[in-house]
Amino acid sequence: MTLRILAVDDSRTMRNLLSAALVQAGFDVHLAEDGEDGLQRLQEAAPDVVITDINMPRLDGFGFIEAIRGSHSNRNLPILVLTTESAPELKSRARAAGATGWIVKPFDEVKLVAAIERVAVARGEA
Amino acid sequence: MSIVITDDFRESFFQECEDLLEAMNDGFRLMVEDQHEIETVHAVFRAVHSIKGGAGAFGLDTLVEFAHHFETALDKLRSGKLDLDDEVLALFQRCGDHLADLVAAARDGAPMDEAVGAQLNGELNDAIGTTPPDEASDSHDFQPTGLDLALALGAAGSSRYEIIFEPFAELFRSGNEPALLFRALARMGPLAVTMDSTAIPQFADLDPSKPHLIWRLELESEETIETITDAFEFVEGMCRLEIVELEAPDPGSTSLDDPPASLLDVLAPLSDATEPGPVRAQRAPPAAGRAESANRNSSATIRVDLERVDKLINLVGELVIKEAMLSQSITKIALPSENEVSVGLESLKQLAGEIQEGVMAIRAQPVKPMFQRMSRIVREAGLATGKRVRLVTQGEHTEVDKTVIERLVDPLTHMIRNAVDHGLEDSETRRSAGKPEEGTVILSAAHRSGRVMIDISDDGGGINRARVRKIAEEKGLVPPDADLSPTEIDNLLFLPGFSSKEEVSALSGRGVGLDVARSEVQALGGRVSITSNPGEGTTFSISLPLTLAVLEGMVIEVAGQTMVVPITAIQETLQPKTAEIHPVGHDGRVVVNRDRLVPIVDLGEVFGFRSAPDILDHHVLLLVETDNNRHCALIVDGIQDQRQVVIKSLESNYGHVNGVAAATILGDGRIALIIDPDGIIRDATGHAGGEIQFFSAG
Repeated sequence: MTLRILAVDDSRTMRNLLSAALVQAGFDVHLAEDGEDGLQRLQEAAPDVVITDINMPRLDGFGFIEAIRGSHSNRNLPILVLTTESAPELKSRARAAGATGWIVKPFDEVKLVAAIERVAVARGEA
Repeated sequence: MSIVITDDFRESFFQECEDLLEAMNDGFRLMVEDQHEIETVHAVFRAVHSIKGGAGAFGLDTLVEFAHHFETALDKLRSGKLDLDDEVLALFQRCGDHLADLVAAARDGAPMDEAVGAQLNGELNDAIGTTPPDEASDSHDFQPTGLDLALALGAAGSSRYEIIFEPFAELFRSGNEPALLFRALARMGPLAVTMDSTAIPQFADLDPSKPHLIWRLELESEETIETITDAFEFVEGMCRLEIVELEAPDPGSTSLDDPPASLLDVLAPLSDATEPGPVRAQRAPPAAGRAESANRNSSATIRVDLERVDKLINLVGELVIKEAMLSQSITKIALPSENEVSVGLESLKQLAGEIQEGVMAIRAQPVKPMFQRMSRIVREAGLATGKRVRLVTQGEHTEVDKTVIERLVDPLTHMIRNAVDHGLEDSETRRSAGKPEEGTVILSAAHRSGRVMIDISDDGGGINRARVRKIAEEKGLVPPDADLSPTEIDNLLFLPGFSSKEEVSALSGRGVGLDVARSEVQALGGRVSITSNPGEGTTFSISLPLTLAVLEGMVIEVAGQTMVVPITAIQETLQPKTAEIHPVGHDGRVVVNRDRLVPIVDLGEVFGFRSAPDILDHHVLLLVETDNNRHCALIVDGIQDQRQVVIKSLESNYGHVNGVAAATILGDGRIALIIDPDGIIRDATGHAGGEIQFFSAG
């Protein structure tokens, strides 16, 4: 089964790069522009893993993660944070919100794919 | 596997940078006007942050480094640890300017002066009260995710490891899954998994929200202990983890070929216990091409290659011409106006006009980004002259053809600098004149009767006409006894060679005068005019066509040829009397017009159709004015019409032909040359053309 990924980033460049890397790795990729957009697309995209930025307009990464975890059916949905930030206090904030993992930009595609495969399993495979 | 960073990615990054810089400058403007909210600060932070993020992906280290410093200071501002006073704001604006420079340099592959960045970094550090960041830890932030340690250390044969793993409850709350961790480990080598369930209490005492399992794993792998620990990166602190290298590989150890499947079986009841109801929601089967659907609805705009737009514009031009031709043929057969063909043609004409307008609108862009660049010019000019200046922009959503905007940057920059440098008085003079110390430059854009008007106004002292006149006389640009109106004196500023060494400052010492700015505007089919009131200020007004694809032209006839003269160049048309024409030199002629002598040039002769007619009684003279105030009277045989013509470039096929700007197709299908009055005057009168302009005939 192909892993379905919802990637959320307000930077068009980053969405382009992520999408190219993930599609090439054989994933089914869905994109959103910020946390609110991500929440709206969550149902339709039905992702196996969510990758999200932190600094975004409208709803930032922390709020987005909390909102996902607030829904019962998404309590176990793996959420990877992909950001240029690496401050420990931000990491622990993301973890408290319910993030599964933390990856620092600029991302290395091999490591990113490895991280995705370490946290996600395609629905139906489980 | 690796994605190739193509030019497309780069291009889209730089396009996004433009948008982000615009958003940043919007934010700064709100801050300057003291109308910002906390969200404004967040937006500016995000813009800089996104530039940094993208730049990192493309390895643009200088850009990343500066954006990082800038962002750190902005972060202090948004978290309330830094007060936004005028000084800080000015520093941020300069940092924004530098960031824009770095983006441009990265795009063009141009080198950057590192001193500017270093200076600003220093000022940022001073502003936020920190010592320079520790370079070692700083650069670590931007390392790609971890190094491949296995590669670095080399494979030193396989080792045997014992791993004790006891997940805490929070591990499951974070969406991590032990089975997947084990699967990752199994990829490193044979893995034996033992579950210790002795900690599971009696059913009555079972707390379903707590995990009670401990795992003992034995891994035989060539990987180092660091790589194995890396696999647990995301669960650090959410489990008890002990990894110990055992003495020697034990070939007898049992290994599980596919541990995840069986482990998931074990784990499934657990997760059911903590999560009532179906774990996986039902969903529709994935449709083909879903990845592509991601971009759907994500934006109301699309980016289109400019070439495609221009091709469309060209085609629409053809359509309009064909329509005109059809219209002319139908007029010839004189159908009654209520005839179906005539009615149909009329609506076709209307439709073609609307399509043309719509297609032209695609090339139109708001002047806002250009205006934002000008606010930087004003800041820099203010710094260089030591004057306090505020730029007010109006009508920045006014749309103008993209090329016009691009080519307007230079002349506008010059006029803005001129307004700050020469237009505004210094603070002391302003104070004594009862004006606020801070000068104001207003930059406005508006559509007016099918053209775009751009005004640059200052609230300075107005043009010092006595001084302007004196400079012009000293330079021999105007005779001492010439009778000049205030407007004529103001227009002396546009004469080539007017700007003098005496007034060259840090800003205007660039060897470019207002004459160059004006000819750049004229090359776009535009006009520049000045109005000035002593003590109140000066306004430069630029009037521009909405598009470069069509022009308003006068259709003329010369020696049996039909040609088009741009209407913007024509000052007036004359029916000369013989008495007003005087011979000059060997075979030259001039005509007296408003007390000045204007050289006469025969278009027919210039293009080699005929030799110039001796008697001009049945001809018309077009008085044209071009760059640098040159005047010339063109002999034509007659005027046919005045109308909009579609410009068709000849240069790609024929190269540049002097005196010919382009061609157009007339309603009857014939091709007519659009003449370039500037080139004709240059050819016909030589460089001396400009010298006779202000000599009085009287």
